[in-house]
Amino acid sequence: MNDLRDLYQDMIFDHYRQPRNYGQLENANHKAEGYNPLCGDKVSLTLTLKDGVIHDLKFEGSGCAISTASASLMTEALKGKTAEEALSMLEDFKALVTGASVAKDMGKLTVLAGVQAFPQRVKCATLAWHTLQAALKSSTEPVTTE
Amino acid sequence: MKMGEFHMNKHGGTNDASTVESEITNHLLVQHWRKDFPILHTSLYGKPLVYFDNAATTQKPSIVIEAENHYYRHTNANVHRGIHTLSQQATEVFESARGKLRQLINARHDHEIIFVRGTTEAINLVAQSYGRSRFKAGDEIIISAMEHHSNIVPWQMLCQQTGAILRVVPVSDAGELDINVYQSLLNKKTKLVAISHVSNTLGSINPVKTIINYAHAKHVPVLLDGAQAIAHLPVDVQDLDCDFYAFSGHKLYGPTGIGVLYGKADLLDEMPPYQGGGDMISSVSFEATTYNKLPYKFEAGTPNIAGAVGLGTAVDYLSAIGLDAIVKHEDSLLNYASELMTNIPELRIIGNARHKTGIISYVMAGVHPHDIGTFLDRQAIAVRTGHHCTMPLMERFGVPATVRISFALYNTKNEIDKLVSAIYQARELFK
Repeated sequence: MNDLRDLYQDMIFDHYRQPRNYGQLENANHKAEGYNPLCGDKVSLTLTLKDGVIHDLKFEGSGCAISTASASLMTEALKGKTAEEALSMLEDFKALVTGASVAKDMGKLTVLAGVQAFPQRVKCATLAWHTLQAALKSSTEPVTTE
Repeated sequence: MKMGEFHMNKHGGTNDASTVESEITNHLLVQHWRKDFPILHTSLYGKPLVYFDNAATTQKPSIVIEAENHYYRHTNANVHRGIHTLSQQATEVFESARGKLRQLINARHDHEIIFVRGTTEAINLVAQSYGRSRFKAGDEIIISAMEHHSNIVPWQMLCQQTGAILRVVPVSDAGELDINVYQSLLNKKTKLVAISHVSNTLGSINPVKTIINYAHAKHVPVLLDGAQAIAHLPVDVQDLDCDFYAFSGHKLYGPTGIGVLYGKADLLDEMPPYQGGGDMISSVSFEATTYNKLPYKFEAGTPNIAGAVGLGTAVDYLSAIGLDAIVKHEDSLLNYASELMTNIPELRIIGNARHKTGIISYVMAGVHPHDIGTFLDRQAIAVRTGHHCTMPLMERFGVPATVRISFALYNTKNEIDKLVSAIYQARELFK
């Protein structure tokens, strides 16, 4: 049960039940859809990028506790970051959830480190981040985790 | 009453002596069957494995594992060619397995049993051999909204190749096929009906005899996807009068990579080969090739001989226990679990057909199936979560995914108690 508690920490439940930045940005200039065909998780991400900086972003979708909380935490972490910083955080985040060592302090995102013990759930945790990558490229094609 | 005991008094009524006796007999019988499956005696996370993912694949009894092993140790050779003794022995065990499968489904002839990789390949074979040689633009193929992707996509591919059109029988809220709509879909353009015998997601047992009768009245052949029926119901292809019946060995306690396409001999005879190669020919020259007779015409290349031997042994195992005993046991598991699960607040069972096999799909308000799956996994309870390769059906019920538990002959009421107790715990955690 211990690794279950590590996975489902209070902050995860908090963001699952009350996701932050939930919805669609009206004036978004970048957007993308993400889909995990394995479990049916869907996420839609809208963001405003001006002069290389993410001014605002929102997500919408249906998913498990891990994918929803991860998306919510990501939107909080990325406001005010440059696109380059965001992509570098994506790499750090992938390292965090797959168990590779992370040099940087990832702030609240470290709450998702418990995913390490659940390789089947890495795709849930990274869905929003993969969608972010697509949104920054403004790819209109849905991304999937497959 | 304490959970995990004999459950003979779950309604709180008086204990009828014969009921008690039959419960005890059943309990002992299942404990006896469980001994045959080595994997059931393993543990995960310090807890004994509870395996409820039998609709995905069943576990294998020792005799099946040993039969494959024995074959490779003592009999291995290629079939239907060599003059040497081992080759002859390999051919004998391979063909004897075919005979056992004929008996299992009561086909008329051994040569109506085509060995394939599994249900998926069987359906693709019919689509590409039967369908592609006959169907033309505007022809119609009837499937249903509860089909597994393997009984949707091969037909879609065929439609793209031929211009034929898919027609889909809808599913009711309870998870039953709408037979009135089915009847109205049958028309002069209908060239084939392809329907699951039992739904892999809902457990619904479809009224396949009625479906076949209506189709035959219009001279339309019927393919049944028997993947979820074969280990859970007696199947008699002559009684059903189906034209094709497809199933996988690994869902009936046999190895993976081996399955069966049954077809009526006259239909199979008329069909062109599916794949070209060795074993499926009588003679080859660069000018012309004469195809082999049934069933070899459809078995190009060296077959999965060890798989067939293992599957034949699985059929022996199943027959020794008897499908009637299995049906009775799995029905009692289904009733027991359904009743307990219906009482869990926020839990909704998807699929409440009047006739069901031991499959229960469910969703819970506030807890995503994937989270339940992980939670149960850490209790060593294996369930399937996701869309179960039935995405159109998920759409129909408005859910992205479900949790599916599916029973086999070795599951017990005690295991169901563990599951139900874990679901209550998950509910607490996610409250």
